Amino acid sequence: MRLLAGAIILTIALAIASLFVGVSDVSLGTLLSSGPEDRATQVLLISRIPRTLAIILSGAAMAVAGLVMQMVVRNRFVEPSTAGTTEAASLGFLVATIFVPAWPLMGKMLIAASFALAGTALFLRILKAVPLRDTLLVPLVGIMLGGIIGAVTTFFAYRFELLPSLLAWNMGDFSGILRGRYELLWIGLLCTILAYVAADRFTVAGMGKDFTTNLGLNYQRVMVLGLVIVSLVSAVVLVSVGSIPFLGLIIPNLVSLMVGDNMRRTVPWVAVMGAGFVLACDILGRILRAPYEIPISVVVGVIGSMVFLYLLLRTRPNAT
Amino acid sequence: MIVAQGVTKNYGTSCVVDGVSLTLPAGGITSIIGPNGAGKSTFLSMISRLMSMDMGTVTVAGLDVTKTPSDVLARRLSILRQDNHMTARLTVRDLVSFGRYPYSKGRLTLEDKQQIDDAIGYLNLGELSDRFLDELSGGQRQRAFVAMVLCQDTDYVLLDEPLNNLDMKHAMGMMKLLRRAANELGKTVVLVLHDINFASWYSDYIVAMKNGKLANQGPAAEMIDPKVLSEIYDMEIKVHEIGGQRISLYYE
Repeated sequence: MRLLAGAIILTIALAIASLFVGVSDVSLGTLLSSGPEDRATQVLLISRIPRTLAIILSGAAMAVAGLVMQMVVRNRFVEPSTAGTTEAASLGFLVATIFVPAWPLMGKMLIAASFALAGTALFLRILKAVPLRDTLLVPLVGIMLGGIIGAVTTFFAYRFELLPSLLAWNMGDFSGILRGRYELLWIGLLCTILAYVAADRFTVAGMGKDFTTNLGLNYQRVMVLGLVIVSLVSAVVLVSVGSIPFLGLIIPNLVSLMVGDNMRRTVPWVAVMGAGFVLACDILGRILRAPYEIPISVVVGVIGSMVFLYLLLRTRPNAT
Repeated sequence: MIVAQGVTKNYGTSCVVDGVSLTLPAGGITSIIGPNGAGKSTFLSMISRLMSMDMGTVTVAGLDVTKTPSDVLARRLSILRQDNHMTARLTVRDLVSFGRYPYSKGRLTLEDKQQIDDAIGYLNLGELSDRFLDELSGGQRQRAFVAMVLCQDTDYVLLDEPLNNLDMKHAMGMMKLLRRAANELGKTVVLVLHDINFASWYSDYIVAMKNGKLANQGPAAEMIDPKVLSEIYDMEIKVHEIGGQRISLYYE
């Protein structure tokens, strides 16, 4: 409990730091000396606060989505980007951009979410057809499926001359976040809260189908609820920020090592650490090559893959 | 009372459980025995609605297991299968607490907490209660699972090979515990057992299955009989009475 409080304080400190890091000079001094119409205040309100909120919302939601997915799929190494979910969402967003370009972002996001759900369902279908003994093969199948969906997406994006847009939304990046361009992410917060409310169900589902049935829960229903949460979060984050790889994988795994998998306890941990981790990575991306920025997907990808390798190597063969 | 009528399960063209009809008495310990592939585990899974049946009906205390809402059944009947591979990293106490889920839906009352402590005490898991399941030995883990099922506090407790992974001492302890649960708490315990001597020593009633069919059934004293057992297992089995217990010898 005290540790969690510490993690929350650290995350808040990072959030405050995030408000003051960037090309434009925003500091307590400039803010106090400037009026509501001055540059510093405007930058803070239009760019920095929305950006910081977007980081916190997407970081927490993506990490929790990864946790939910690991519970319902019962595999430590799945997350939206290793199960075809992110790629399917991307395909859905492309389809929406081609066929209903005039729709509001909310509508396009919902199309992306339905594609994400269908892609994940396909992934589970494949897993059912090819029972895999090795835990690590499961995410490999997901990555292959994601590759195939990604290839289809790239082909159509190329045909419709949308390749640059596709690249832009696949590459997670917070630098484009402004007021009015991140609000969909609040849906991610709703999903995170929903995951917390249903935490016990997901933990039970993580114990396996037989245990779930024995305790009187409908396994199928818990599974669908979980996958809807995961698909919505993936779609919302994809259309607002772009994909953030590894996040849903490393944070739940680290938390699992620390406090176990009882989701009633771990959801707050995963949400706070997810937000804190993305905040730290984004601040790093802003500082390293200032005045230029390194996109979040690159920073998280580099750090995340190192943590992932560490997790893989320390995993004993039976601790799946 | 558990009543099965014409229970059948097919996998493709092979029939694993073939029209089994039987009535298991309420109270006491019933063991299901039989050679490998007799369909014992499949039968137990169908009684406990873990597996659907292709034909037949099962009622437990008058409730049709395929029609009664699952959460209602979860307060009457609990089932533990063998090979419980768990991805979720839970502590022993967490696991046992989930035995209360059918009642509390996650909000544990004082009474729930008492039940959890009792179940942990019953299986001597006190010192291990804050350890994670993946840090335990196979036998300790098995005891934790049984504690969870007991914590569910159902009239009917179904266990598939509960002695798996247990050494002699713990196997004996487990059977004594189930005996106590049947005698003191009035539970109906149904087990799939491989060791016919444990079945002989601790069961009231024995059901034998062979090739998916009901082969024989009766009070333990009648079932542990050289002729009956030899027919079930297709091998010579001698039965000796030692200290008032019927012990089977089948080692050569």
